[in-house]
Amino acid sequence: MSPIRVVVAVIIALFALAVLSSAVYTVREGEQVIVTEFGKPVGRPITTPGMKLKMPFVQSVHTFEKRFLEWSGDPNQIPTKDKRFIWVDTYARWRISDPLKFFQRLHDESGAQSRLDDILDGETRNTIANHELIDLVRSTNRVLVVAEDVAELSQPEPAERVEHGRNKLTAEVLANARRRTGDLGIEVLDFRIKRINYVDEVRQEVYARMISERKRIAERYRSEGAGEAARIAGEKERQLRTIESEAYRTAQQIRGKADAEASDIYAAAYNRDPDFYRFLKSMGTLEKSFDKDTVLVLSTDSELLKYMNTAR
Amino acid sequence: MPIDFDMRNVRQFRPRVPGGTVLRVLAILAVVVLLFTTWFTVEPEEAGIVLRFGRFARQVPSGLHMKLPFPLERVLKVPIERQLKEEFGFRTQDAGGSRTSYSQEDLTSESLMLTGDLNVAVVEWTAQFRVREPSKYLFKVRDVRKTFRDMNETVMREVVGDRSVNEVLTVGRQEIAAEVEHRLQALCDQYENGIKVEQIVLQDVNPPDAVKPSFNEVNQAQQEREKLINQARADYNQIIPRAKGQAEQTIEQAEGFATDRVNRARGDAEAFNQVYAAYARAPEVTRRRMYLETMAEIYPKVTRKIVLDEKLKGVLPLLPLQGAAEVTP
Repeated sequence: MSPIRVVVAVIIALFALAVLSSAVYTVREGEQVIVTEFGKPVGRPITTPGMKLKMPFVQSVHTFEKRFLEWSGDPNQIPTKDKRFIWVDTYARWRISDPLKFFQRLHDESGAQSRLDDILDGETRNTIANHELIDLVRSTNRVLVVAEDVAELSQPEPAERVEHGRNKLTAEVLANARRRTGDLGIEVLDFRIKRINYVDEVRQEVYARMISERKRIAERYRSEGAGEAARIAGEKERQLRTIESEAYRTAQQIRGKADAEASDIYAAAYNRDPDFYRFLKSMGTLEKSFDKDTVLVLSTDSELLKYMNTAR
Repeated sequence: MPIDFDMRNVRQFRPRVPGGTVLRVLAILAVVVLLFTTWFTVEPEEAGIVLRFGRFARQVPSGLHMKLPFPLERVLKVPIERQLKEEFGFRTQDAGGSRTSYSQEDLTSESLMLTGDLNVAVVEWTAQFRVREPSKYLFKVRDVRKTFRDMNETVMREVVGDRSVNEVLTVGRQEIAAEVEHRLQALCDQYENGIKVEQIVLQDVNPPDAVKPSFNEVNQAQQEREKLINQARADYNQIIPRAKGQAEQTIEQAEGFATDRVNRARGDAEAFNQVYAAYARAPEVTRRRMYLETMAEIYPKVTRKIVLDEKLKGVLPLLPLQGAAEVTP
């Protein structure tokens, strides 16, 4: 074999390899493909994975994702209907439902992303501006549970009702977005609000409100404490007076009864001869009331001295 | 069957193909590649997904397996038994050793959320999950982990958004975790990402830093209330039992007095009755005797005595009673 023939053989082999590699391609799991011939789409999009054949060189392959793709919203400052400024961060799921249309209208994923930005950001803005904040935060009218002892304090806006709820709002955005993306070869599958936050100034206000609310609750605890303490002090006072006065009353009753009984006893005894009693008592009193300093002025007519005269 | 490897033949062959050595090396390399890519191991916690020309062919459990060599079949391994974890609002930096350290970066944007009463709470949580269906996990959703994080944040905010700040901070924790777990699983099923949510664990749930002191103040006030009430009770307990004792004392004293009074009365009456009984037997004599006895008792005690004749009248003012009066005080 001459060297020229070797070179020719190698060239032919390389050429065959090139043809083969241009004719064979694989579609991987999670991918879909359209084949174009000089830029013109040929046949239906290929959505099943595996090894495929095409015309070498004249046809080229464009691969697209078949999986669910993510679209992430630009965190955006949006006013709600009740004029509160909030940051809203959203995300959406979408997929390439019609690779051919997708290729024609949007060309590639970054084209799709920027179109989705336009549509979804716009719809988000519209929907949020048409609803109140509470509708965005809450999903249902579930009754909020608050601790019993702070119940009447910690619901500053109890009258607010949720008319739509977050899920309805996002469903609204999704429906509008779907309508507008229908002929782009993409399908928006889901749209959700990831984060909502107050803008800084509003957040400070909310914090201030939360602080004042807590302070109110704290004040209430304190005054409740003082009130309860005062009540107990009052009860103490009442109890004390009740106890003391009842004791006094009982004691007086006992004393009175004893006095009465004693009186009855005396009366029963002395009534047998009041005159004698009077005499006896007088004698006793006399005996007690005389001492050495007493000046005794006696008439000779007195019981004792009358014998002085008669004796004389 | 042993191959009769004739070296002379090889040598003979050599001059006809000058690139023979190169080809032989390539051939050996190809064989090695083929050999090394026909068997593979799947670790105990993993599952192997075998793809033929990029197409899902089969799923194999852990162990040693064969497949077609490299360009034809490829294998992807997914840890289906391992529990995976996503953290929100904080990041574990080093879980090794006895102490877990946490990253210091500020992640409040992840954890700050609005409650149903339009207050703000900082909720930190972890989501523990496993890959239940590897083929869905790999081929249904691009960027599964990031999507899963977004889903977590969405669901948590949805649930917290329907609860009051009090619920979020105190009583509602368990319920919130359960609700998030439930809804997140539903969303995973909807997205067909092959994830099984094992558990949602709420970590620190706090009011925002700026508001924390006032929450503490409430706790303090609560303590203060208890303190005031306890003090009042202590005071009450100090006074009232004593007063009760004193009341009993008063009553006992009164009883004592009563007994004393009645007994004395009885005694006096008894004495009178005795005396009277004696007197009644001879009234006149007794009476006189008693009078005189009393006088006899009294007279010696009195130092100054003035005796006036019964006929003298109106002398009383003249008597030198002054002196006596002066002595008396």
